[in-house]
Amino acid sequence: MAPFFHSVRLDADKCKGCTNCIKHCPTEAIRVRNGKAYILEDRCVDCGVCIRACPNHAKIVHTDPLRRCDEFAYNIALPAPALFGQFANLAEPGIVLDALLELGFDDVFEVSLAADLVTQAMRRFIEQQEKNGPWISASCPAVVRLIQVRFPELIPNLIAVESPMEVAGALARQRAARLTGLSPTEIGVWFITPCPAKVTAIHQPEGTAASSVTGAIAVSQIYGDILKLLAGKEGAQREFRASGPGLGWGRAGGENMALGIADHLAVDGIHNVISLLEELEVGRVQDIKFLECQACTGGCVGGALTVENPFIARVRLRKLATQLPQVPRVSMEEVQVQLGDIFSIKGSISPRPMTPLAANLLVAIEKMERLEIIEKCLPGLDCGACGAPNCRALAEDIVRGIARERDCVIKMREELLAHGNSNSKQKGAE
Amino acid sequence: MSSKPLLEMRFPIQGNDFMQAGEAASKIKRALQQIGMESGLVRRVSIISYEAEMNIVIHAYHGELILTIWPGKIQIVATDVGPGIADVDLAMQVGYSTAPESVRQMGFGAGMGLPNIQKCADEMQVETKVGEGTRILVKINLR
Repeated sequence: MAPFFHSVRLDADKCKGCTNCIKHCPTEAIRVRNGKAYILEDRCVDCGVCIRACPNHAKIVHTDPLRRCDEFAYNIALPAPALFGQFANLAEPGIVLDALLELGFDDVFEVSLAADLVTQAMRRFIEQQEKNGPWISASCPAVVRLIQVRFPELIPNLIAVESPMEVAGALARQRAARLTGLSPTEIGVWFITPCPAKVTAIHQPEGTAASSVTGAIAVSQIYGDILKLLAGKEGAQREFRASGPGLGWGRAGGENMALGIADHLAVDGIHNVISLLEELEVGRVQDIKFLECQACTGGCVGGALTVENPFIARVRLRKLATQLPQVPRVSMEEVQVQLGDIFSIKGSISPRPMTPLAANLLVAIEKMERLEIIEKCLPGLDCGACGAPNCRALAEDIVRGIARERDCVIKMREELLAHGNSNSKQKGAE
Repeated sequence: MSSKPLLEMRFPIQGNDFMQAGEAASKIKRALQQIGMESGLVRRVSIISYEAEMNIVIHAYHGELILTIWPGKIQIVATDVGPGIADVDLAMQVGYSTAPESVRQMGFGAGMGLPNIQKCADEMQVETKVGEGTRILVKINLR
């Protein structure tokens, strides 16, 4: 299997080797060694929690600079629904579309509009299933990766429908090719992303060979430019075509609201998602047909690349959504007649289990036994000073051969004290 | 099974402690994933451990969950000091439960515990004595 692509990376110059990120990481994917953090690539799901946890802003996200547009003859911006919650006193969402065009994009295509279509595709998918679910939305890429890494048994529960971003990319590129006569490869399609997981989903998509999107530009990067262009604007030139529920996808609970399936559940914040999936795995979640899981608190508005407080952004999105038509004006069936099935995830999503303690099962079991013994010898403070998030993780690192027992500062102190005592005893005896 | 187990993990379980309920099962799952056991197997063991753990929490005073890995087999033993099961055959039926209403209100004690364990097990034994306690022994074959 190809190594994981990761959008979350470390700026080693800024990293002070503190333990904030390792303590917050939901998959225990970060270690500090030799004074710098590093990411265990097989475990990281690019959720972005470490970006928010780092007081030194040493965790960075690989996104594309605006100037990459120069490489293409024609450029389209795909604004995420969450973008529209970033600005105060926005009279109508179309004003943001105007600003994107003014910034130099040749066209814009609202991801919210694709969300209107994806809503219909997901509803149809669930209707066609014989099993009762729960069917889990595959729209949050951090959740999809989390399931691949930690809950591989739940992969069959994922709804095999592409995310609004993928559908928007496909539609936008085809429309542009038709309008301009350019070849699709001459068209740059740029997602304005609220989170690092979407960047990963573009560069290493799951269940499809290549993303329909060219690259990602961070909301935080383009925010200031848009803000300047919004000043004094009251009416929009460009019509916002998505429905209120389509725009609502940018906040937690929005997918549920759009789909309108009676037995649904929405959970946001990756730690909450993990505990819910744990319950689901042992069969504790019953009578739920549709499960919306969002890695970020508040949904996409809580993404690590957003600017505005997620709770404020969420309220703004809700307000904007109420001003829009509540019924989508696009039909999935019509799109399908014209363009074929651009909605289904056609490939399979494979499990990505973390690297076992050893390739050989017997050796791995032996190492687990040693791990248990070592853990019992460690102080159990889970202080993180050794560079692992807790004592058990250090024990694991020791049996994996990437750490030593004396990395534990408490153990080290005990050793020094014992050494000191025996020294003084020796002196006394002389 | 006279030879020495490859690995043993023990977890004390406290009756009526719903806050901690599920922790042992979750630790077992994690360990098996780290060992690199196949995910279907991990899920079966997780469900068995979870249901066995919950049985102790819901019905017993206290008990212990022991996971042992033998060559070719995983064994889960749940022993408890508690009321015991008066009619094991009845308890093995789907939907039968003696859990108090308050516990059922929380969504536990739906009468799926023992049937779920049986569904995931290759071998299962229940030894119980009313007024004393219960011992559930489950085996899963490794291929």
